[in-house]
Amino acid sequence: MQNQAIQVNGLQKSYEKIHVLKGVDFEVKKGSIFALLGSNGAGKTTIVKILTTLLKQDGGTAAVNGFDVASKPGDVRQSISLTGQFAAVDEILTGRENLIMIAKLRHLKNPRPVADDLLNRFGLTDAADRRVSTYSGGMRRRLDIAMSLVGKPQVIFLDELTTGLDPEARVEVWKTVKELANNGTTVFLTTQYLEEAEQLADRIAILHEGKIIANGTLAELKKLFPPAKVEYIEKQPSLEEIFLAIIGKKEEK
Amino acid sequence: MESTKRHFFSDMNVMLGRSMHHIFRSMDTIITVTITPIAMMLLFVYVLGGAIQTGTDNYVNYLLPGILLMAIASGIAYTSYRLFMDMQRGIFERFHSMPIARSAPLWGHVLTSLVSNAISVLVIILVALIMGFRSSAGVLSWLAVAGILALFTLALTWIAVIAGLSATSVDGAGAFAYPILFLPFISSAFVPTESMPSGVRAFAENQPVTSIVDAIRALLSGQPVGNDIWVALAWCVGIMLVAYIFAMRVYKKRM
Repeated sequence: MQNQAIQVNGLQKSYEKIHVLKGVDFEVKKGSIFALLGSNGAGKTTIVKILTTLLKQDGGTAAVNGFDVASKPGDVRQSISLTGQFAAVDEILTGRENLIMIAKLRHLKNPRPVADDLLNRFGLTDAADRRVSTYSGGMRRRLDIAMSLVGKPQVIFLDELTTGLDPEARVEVWKTVKELANNGTTVFLTTQYLEEAEQLADRIAILHEGKIIANGTLAELKKLFPPAKVEYIEKQPSLEEIFLAIIGKKEEK
Repeated sequence: MESTKRHFFSDMNVMLGRSMHHIFRSMDTIITVTITPIAMMLLFVYVLGGAIQTGTDNYVNYLLPGILLMAIASGIAYTSYRLFMDMQRGIFERFHSMPIARSAPLWGHVLTSLVSNAISVLVIILVALIMGFRSSAGVLSWLAVAGILALFTLALTWIAVIAGLSATSVDGAGAFAYPILFLPFISSAFVPTESMPSGVRAFAENQPVTSIVDAIRALLSGQPVGNDIWVALAWCVGIMLVAYIFAMRVYKKRM
């Protein structure tokens, strides 16, 4: 068994004349939570789309669960699920119907118990038979993630999953993601909230101007923080400061 | 890849079930696609019909084919709308990252259009029967009518798919249906084309709705259909093929 859930080498992608990804490399260990951090428009979603077979890369290779995304997209899709930037739930169906629909599309034998189990796990049992249009933002996201877990995919992609949520709902969703990784699922998440990466991720990579400019555990990234500053500041640097410092350094060159 | 092909029909069936739920849970859709054509039929038969000279004593018989086409034209606007909303909400991205056939979500919408329009056509025919519609058509003629209507629905549905996939706003997604909704008025659907001024008449007699309406009318009244049916079929199949090719091209580009 290989140990990497995701392997990306020299990934390139351009839209028209804009060179979004200029050779991206990283690996994600099985069963870990990996956060890809970057400003708006840095290309995080482009990476997610390539890894989930929605988009073809221009150069480089990417493999998910050991399958090359370009040559074996069918096998990749068997192994993954995607929770995109916008809650990909059906507003007119009920929560239960949404889950049953996905279970049927994954060709599971017993869609109903699968749905009931997930509703229970995500605290949506009481709302199960209400239309999703009546759900709060946090509930919608929880259902969204629950739908991604139908059929137990090995790798799940969460693209900007808390964008647009209020702080309370955000904490609620974080709790859910932590539980996922405890069950052995590999989680790949993108975020522009630095606190989110700090809270959730085992490893954090920073995508800036088309390349990964830092990749490590939070402790490792903290070492990159210019030591001179530490003398003046008593508290530990937050990831936000690290992020800005690293980007600043790159741009000076 | 093999498994996605094997499950194509069951996947499409799930998609069909999904959008049929959408239709039956939205009063708005039901009213627009069945009640509006029925109201038009009532208006034309009981208010305007007395003043229209068609050369038949049963105006409901004369009117029904045109009303059915209008119902279908307003029905497909919703196909475009549903497709647009799916693209907006990201649920298509979820479907496309799942191990199902890429085109299953799209075919689900097309099938939904066929089924829902068939239902509204049936409802309208039932109401027409109550209003005095009578037909001497045999089983074969009815099958021919069903076939023409199905082809007409498919042709317009693929146009709706293009609109739904390329629209940038909800209004845009439905707007293409308005010109199509107007075509029956400038055709033989409500009044004989002989009563129109020559320029309008030339347009009316050479546009698809007239040949389709005339073919259906002849089939339902047990008259010989002549060339109309072939012209009608040629229009439907032609529009369908061209729209299908363009729709698939847009779909591949957008996905």
